[in-house]
Amino acid sequence: MWVDTTLVFLALSSLLLLGSSRLSRCVRIVAFQGVLLGVLTMAVAQHDPSLRTIFFALAIVALKGVGFPWLLSRVLRESEVHREVDPLVGYIVSMLLGTLTLALSFWLSARLPLPAPPLSSLVVPVAFFTTLAGLFLIVTRRAALTQVLAYLVLENGIYVFGVGLVHGTPMVVELGILLDVFVAVFVMGIAIFHINREFDHIDTEQLTILRDWTP
Amino acid sequence: MLLALLTIPVAAAVATYFMKNDVWRRATLVVTALVHTALTAGSWSIPLGSLLGGWLLLDAPGRLFLSITSVLFLGAAVYSVGYLRRESPDVRRDFEEGLLFSNEPEATFTACLLLFLAAMTFVCVSQRFGLLWVAIEATTLTSAPLIYFHRHHRSLEATWKYLLICSVGIALALLGNFFLAVAASDQIGNAVPLVLGDLVRQAGQLHAPWLRAAFLLLLVGYGTKMGLAPLHTWLPDAHSEAPSVVSALLSGCLLNCAFLGILRIQEVCVAAGEGAFGRDLLVIFGLMSIGLAAVFIAGQADYKRMLAYSSVEHMGILALGVGLGGAATFGALLHAVNHSLTKAMLFLVAGNILAAYRSKSTTDVRGVLRLLPISGVLWITGFLAITGSPPFGPFLSELTILKGALDQGRTAIAVTYLALLAVVFIGMTTAVLRMAQGPVGGDVSRDRGRESVLSVLPPAILAVLVLVLGLYVPQALRGLIEEAARTLG
Repeated sequence: MWVDTTLVFLALSSLLLLGSSRLSRCVRIVAFQGVLLGVLTMAVAQHDPSLRTIFFALAIVALKGVGFPWLLSRVLRESEVHREVDPLVGYIVSMLLGTLTLALSFWLSARLPLPAPPLSSLVVPVAFFTTLAGLFLIVTRRAALTQVLAYLVLENGIYVFGVGLVHGTPMVVELGILLDVFVAVFVMGIAIFHINREFDHIDTEQLTILRDWTP
Repeated sequence: MLLALLTIPVAAAVATYFMKNDVWRRATLVVTALVHTALTAGSWSIPLGSLLGGWLLLDAPGRLFLSITSVLFLGAAVYSVGYLRRESPDVRRDFEEGLLFSNEPEATFTACLLLFLAAMTFVCVSQRFGLLWVAIEATTLTSAPLIYFHRHHRSLEATWKYLLICSVGIALALLGNFFLAVAASDQIGNAVPLVLGDLVRQAGQLHAPWLRAAFLLLLVGYGTKMGLAPLHTWLPDAHSEAPSVVSALLSGCLLNCAFLGILRIQEVCVAAGEGAFGRDLLVIFGLMSIGLAAVFIAGQADYKRMLAYSSVEHMGILALGVGLGGAATFGALLHAVNHSLTKAMLFLVAGNILAAYRSKSTTDVRGVLRLLPISGVLWITGFLAITGSPPFGPFLSELTILKGALDQGRTAIAVTYLALLAVVFIGMTTAVLRMAQGPVGGDVSRDRGRESVLSVLPPAILAVLVLVLGLYVPQALRGLIEEAARTLG
């Protein structure tokens, strides 16, 4: 029950993100996803959550729900850019494509032979959809900040897959993955800070000096 | 011992970050590199043992790649002492566009170098797939600040592309790891632990379609990091904008580490009887990389980018060799050693040329042989070696791969491979010889031409190693590579 509800909210939030242009709103949506992942971690453990699960769920909420959004909204305040400018694919079209992708994810996951039935039939499609939405956003959005948010969405999708289907991942590995993602976002945040100082904007379309043949 | 190998660089990184004195900091860097090399050398005769119940342990492929990393890092550490002394810490003018910029604090740079070493060591010893992923992502994160050493907008652009493209690639590899976990679990919820040794032993129980999907995702993910075309787009930018000593480490060590990730999953595929699937994909990616690099090397106007594309080419050769299998696998692993030594040497020499001429253009730089006699000779030597001319090491390994292809009767592949190598040779010849010969061109003052021992000794030693490997492969190395190649079928 809890699992299904969180997964539905997760898919909806990804869809909403595809149609959002205000960066502060995008940050809030990704923060919401972070909290959902924490809830999902607890919900998957069902009735007897171990101390380990509780700790890990709290760590996820603290990092993805609070830490990253705080860091990124700080970067946002410094940069004085509030909207995504001219995405390569418009917001309405993005949402339409997103809906199509969602349908495709359901179709695809119905055909995947899983060795063991998953906890919920929504796990695989929502994981695929969120991952693909993240990839789509990275490719089509230009603000460096949106690209980091998209990377987080991509990572969230992969995490859903992991938490829903793979059991018994050792603590060391889980913490290592979380630590890596944390450092990645931190380093990207610093890079955006420098991009902002160097270029007075965070539009990655301008990062095109390095190429092989200048026309 | 294994613990020492992993923790000493980290401890040294923390220490150097807080050191105020430049001399002490640089000395710590070199001493740590020496200790690391000594420990790695020790692992050839004394087993290092294992940690975390066998999750961290040094097997044959790991030892091979760790040895390359350790030797190159020692060379790079010695070279960087001279490099850092040369770099003024103040604000100065960029020679390409005339912008003002300053360097990253040297303490940050040194600390990141050492953390980078620790991360690469971690890659070489990880037997558990999850830890391997953590380690490879760690190499990206610790090397990103190294690329942004010169704080101007071009290196920032390179760093951003590197961070984002590699992080996305590696995220896909994480999905691949989860697929592997699905492949390893059965209906009642029992699962084979995702440790290399266990997976290979119980490979028969793996679910084949999921294993294939996992291989594909890991190949794309780690292939992005390794620079296989068409996923290589970050590579030329990062290599051309990073300080030359960092480019040497990226090309010589980092790309190999990603390659090791692909070898690990291929080993599981081979054990599960799915080796042919992986091999075909590796051949396709390999030929594509060599072909694309050949196109971009011909007519390349920036010599550091030319070297970067040459790395794409050689990563393609490695993938092709493992993809062919049999004798070619041995050739590919030997080629990994040869390529790393040669390419690192070339990047270090490129750093000397860049420092003297202040230009990365293959047309502006003239008369390297006259202005920098030792670097000039090394530049020509390195060029001959990297294009596979006898009697250097890469010739031998490229020939072994060719022979492997011919022995299997795959003539079409062999002919394509040879033709592309010829294109690369011609493309590099024009640029390299034009740079080396003739009167000294450009606005170079004489006093820039002096070559310090620290800047020529490391590449010179690497050149000697490349030459020796071309004439004679020591029995210990041959045995190690054979042992590593056996795991890949």
